[in-house]
Amino acid sequence: MASRAAIYRGMMWKGRSWAIGSRSMSSWWSNVEPAPKDPILGVTEAYLADPSPHKVNVGVGAYRDDNGKPVVLECVREAERRIAGNLNMEYLPMGGSIKMIEESLKLAYGEDSEFIKDKRIAAVQSLSGTGACRLFADFQKRFLPDSQIYIPLPTWANHHNIWRDARVPQQTFRYYHPESRGLDFASLMEDFKNAPNGSFFLLHACAHNPTGVDPSEEQWREISHLFKVKNHFPFFDMAYQGFASGDPERDAKAIRIFLEDGHLIGCAQSYAKNMGLYGQRVGCLSLLCEDEMQAVAVKSQLQQIARPMYSNPPLHGAHIVSIILSDPDLKSLWLKEVKVMADRIIGMRKALRENLEKLGSPLSWEHITNQIGMFCYSGMTPDQVDRLTNEFHIYMTRNGRISMAGVTTGNVAYLANAIHEVTKST
Amino acid sequence: MEEANVHDEGCRSAERRLSTLGRHLSGQSPSSAASRASLMASENPNGAIAPSPTAGFYGGSVFAHVVKAPEDPILGVTVAYNKDPSPVKVNLGVGAYRTEEGKPLVLNVVRRAEQMLVNDPSRVKEYLPITGLADFNKLSAKLIFGSDSPAIQENRVATVQCLSGTGSLRVGSEFLARHYSERTIYIPQPTWGNHPKVFTLAGLSVKTYRYYDPATRGLNFQGLLEDLSSAPSGAIVLLHACAHNPTGVDPTLDQWEQIRQLMRSKGLLPFFDSAYQGFASGSLDADAQSVRIFVADGGECLTAQSYAKNMGLYGERVGALSIVCSSADVAVRVESQLKLVIRPMYSNPPIHGASIVATILKDRALFHEWTIELKAMADRIISMRQLLFDALRARGTPGDWSHIIKQIGMFTFTGLNREQVAFMTQEYHIYMTSDGRISMAGLSSKTVPHLADAIHAAVTRMS
Repeated sequence: MASRAAIYRGMMWKGRSWAIGSRSMSSWWSNVEPAPKDPILGVTEAYLADPSPHKVNVGVGAYRDDNGKPVVLECVREAERRIAGNLNMEYLPMGGSIKMIEESLKLAYGEDSEFIKDKRIAAVQSLSGTGACRLFADFQKRFLPDSQIYIPLPTWANHHNIWRDARVPQQTFRYYHPESRGLDFASLMEDFKNAPNGSFFLLHACAHNPTGVDPSEEQWREISHLFKVKNHFPFFDMAYQGFASGDPERDAKAIRIFLEDGHLIGCAQSYAKNMGLYGQRVGCLSLLCEDEMQAVAVKSQLQQIARPMYSNPPLHGAHIVSIILSDPDLKSLWLKEVKVMADRIIGMRKALRENLEKLGSPLSWEHITNQIGMFCYSGMTPDQVDRLTNEFHIYMTRNGRISMAGVTTGNVAYLANAIHEVTKST
Repeated sequence: MEEANVHDEGCRSAERRLSTLGRHLSGQSPSSAASRASLMASENPNGAIAPSPTAGFYGGSVFAHVVKAPEDPILGVTVAYNKDPSPVKVNLGVGAYRTEEGKPLVLNVVRRAEQMLVNDPSRVKEYLPITGLADFNKLSAKLIFGSDSPAIQENRVATVQCLSGTGSLRVGSEFLARHYSERTIYIPQPTWGNHPKVFTLAGLSVKTYRYYDPATRGLNFQGLLEDLSSAPSGAIVLLHACAHNPTGVDPTLDQWEQIRQLMRSKGLLPFFDSAYQGFASGSLDADAQSVRIFVADGGECLTAQSYAKNMGLYGERVGALSIVCSSADVAVRVESQLKLVIRPMYSNPPIHGASIVATILKDRALFHEWTIELKAMADRIISMRQLLFDALRARGTPGDWSHIIKQIGMFTFTGLNREQVAFMTQEYHIYMTSDGRISMAGLSSKTVPHLADAIHAAVTRMS
């Protein structure tokens, strides 16, 4: 091997002397700075590198069972058994799997939605939730180049990156109330009111990431009403349908309220969490239009954005979703399995709160059970989080967000104890 | 001007909205719209249906001005083909391999790899890292650069999994638009229809270099050298690694060497699109020679790889982008920046197809079997070329048709013009793109005679 390398080096020198004035060993990329690590995904990298037997990963939002293991749903395994050896791998259309889109729209808009019957929804398969948001952001830029996007404070960090890369200017609106660790409803409504009419808003349909704080049904109705008066555009990011309460219909309530009120919404759906299809990258972007003709036009333009990005979306995950949702038995199995996941999380919330209260923490931990979905915004500071990591080998994002999916009956006491240690003198 | 149109559209749609609502309230239309209207009337605190003065689109869609995009020219061919009831119709538009029976093909090794994945209970569906499946990346780099490539051994290659060739091109050109000093990319004339859009949307400006010579139906080598010579130093140049799409015309190895020398002397940055490795000649190594001679001289380049055709994984969207850098340190920094392009696009790539590829590439037996299946596909295409050429000769069709057997890969640029193509579609139910490109993969020994008849008729009856 050494001699082969030497031969190649010889060849390289020869190559350089053949080619007159060819580039020297300097690089086109000398000025490329090392990029900062992704704040969320970097956490898991650090966790994996830690040799401690006590380590706990409550960083990335991927579901774990009570043994801390990733889960492949039974309905998914069955769908895969049906696919392997039976289906071909031809290109999907640019807009993705028609079947998967149909089923996704039923899930989001309602099984009997008139909008589906009237073909008023422009919808394309997307690369999970990220891809759906990005397609929308690029579409927004292309067709409403002067528009901005209002993003809740705080939100999933990647939302900012998505609209930034789409070159859509961003504003934030107040959302989280640190003192109560709940919703700052008054400020939220004020910000909606003060925004110019016809502004674009990103709303988390359920299980807000990272805070777990959702408006109540009544609050959603008020928001919807205000949006009507202000003629704002509501774009829903729904990454946790079914995963929040255990009931997909219930988790879609906000969207259904807006639809009843006549809003022409946009919606990003993801199957990463609720079907455990993370790495398959399956999702759907939909835009409710005035009529079928408009929906056809909008869909064709969304496809024009997808084509120079990846041509057509990946097949495998789309097959899985279609098979599960269109088979009554598999769908019913899925609903059971989603409820199991949601219930386990709800159970862990209770356990974590009880543990902290039993330890005699001076702080209120009500928010742990008030919040919903995969994440709990603990209220801990970056310094406290660093202590958790350095002293207790507990990994989470520095905004104090705990992924409840990483909490198990095996580690909840250890986690509570550690949190108590770093917060008791607050 | 555009703003005025948008505003006008908005007013027109607002007026439409108003009159529709008016009709609803007077009970002339379907109940759902009426109930919506009455809901708005009763709950709107202003009690008015008139649009708010500051809202251009009250009640209407903000996207009302969006017009329907034109049909994709290539996909439109298949749409037309599907509509045709003729029993003798042939689809030569499709850029996907078909068997002698005209059916899509899933390779045996792929089926086996799929079964292995399904049967492995420990397999999970977790997120891949932003850069994709590590095994897949290493193996892909080895496949295109050669396992003994010094660039790989010296850790100078940054490889990221992407969504097939398209995705690799897009991520690579976004990276260039952000970090490279030159923003112009030269693409061959002609090239795959999607290339210009990919680069433009990534933020690069697109120029062309001469490539295809219609007179010879071969390479316009002089024109190519001239155009690359007059490109500004540092400009990016898109090169089809093999089996040029749509012409099937490739430089010889000697010509590649000349291109390499010219490009290195002018400091032009090569960006290879490798969509047919192994599929063109039947040999993975032979089809990678163009890329390898560039990497061997120690210089930098980008390479987009696709497994759509050579592993038949089309819809699974499997590919890789590799950036060969001058040092390992640079490669690390480059990889970190590639992540910043990918994360806000789709976070991380799809796992299924890459797992299949990695399973096959790392297993000696599966890999070997793959090379055999790959050669079989390439051979079938080569034999279709020969059959078609022989059939035209047998009919005494005027013209030199040797380009059919000289061109390589899935496509043949026949040299037929629009009128001739339209004639062939109408009279013989042959479906192909209007530029005269035919997909050899869509032919079988049964359909070659029919195609030859059609070409013969087109050439003799229309000039």
